[in-house]
Amino acid sequence: MELILFLVFAGIAVVAAINVVVQRHPISSAVSLIAVMGSLAVLYLLLGAEFIAAAQVIVYAGAIMVLFVFVIMLLNAGGETKAGRSFVASLLGVPVLVALLALLAFFTARIYPRDTEVHFGGFRGGTAQSVGRALFTTYLLPFEITSILILIAIVGAIVLARKELE
Amino acid sequence: MHPVTTVHYLALSAALLLIGTVGVLTRRNIVVILMSIELILNAVNINLIAFSHAWHNVGGQVFAIFVITDAVAEAAVGLGILIALFRNKETVQADEIDLLKW
Repeated sequence: MELILFLVFAGIAVVAAINVVVQRHPISSAVSLIAVMGSLAVLYLLLGAEFIAAAQVIVYAGAIMVLFVFVIMLLNAGGETKAGRSFVASLLGVPVLVALLALLAFFTARIYPRDTEVHFGGFRGGTAQSVGRALFTTYLLPFEITSILILIAIVGAIVLARKELE
Repeated sequence: MHPVTTVHYLALSAALLLIGTVGVLTRRNIVVILMSIELILNAVNINLIAFSHAWHNVGGQVFAIFVITDAVAEAAVGLGILIALFRNKETVQADEIDLLKW
């Protein structure tokens, strides 16, 4: 059951991620990216990270993608023209990429010392309560620094996107 | 039935990382390049949460929250830069922005 769920949603995530890269029009890429975020949220649930799954849907599929679609509509960015690719790149690109992924997966499986099985409900520390307790006790200083980061990002975004005053 | 292990999640994360890198390197639309960066950051999150499950430690999930926050800040500032750029150059294609090219 867990294997089927993992394979289905990992497959959706990988196919939609490839679709993000190969689509010519940015709106199609944005919709595919929402599919990636949604299936990753299901995988986080399988890993027992309920709070992160909810945050993933709200923050990524909600806030960030609305921002992307808004900018695409605002800039009226049409599809991009095909660039002239070199012959070697179009011939060797995909096989080399697949070989690199196979190497990475192989050495990860060899090196990783104790390969733990993932069972649904095997780890119950992902509730909002336990994540919040860790966030506000052990990781309080990084949390506060993050708030400064967000403040800088807000100020930066406003300054950058503002019209220059003559 | 063959069980799902942590290495399965690490392989999925590696796949998303490679796809995102290809998107950053080959696409010319800056909006799509920013989306590919989001893919890479999500690959990081899968790793963090898979290790959090493997070691029964909630710290990985806290760091995933920090990564999500970073992704939001990066997207906001990146799209702000893109709007300022579009106002000056009327383009979102990365290869047409060559002001510093000699």
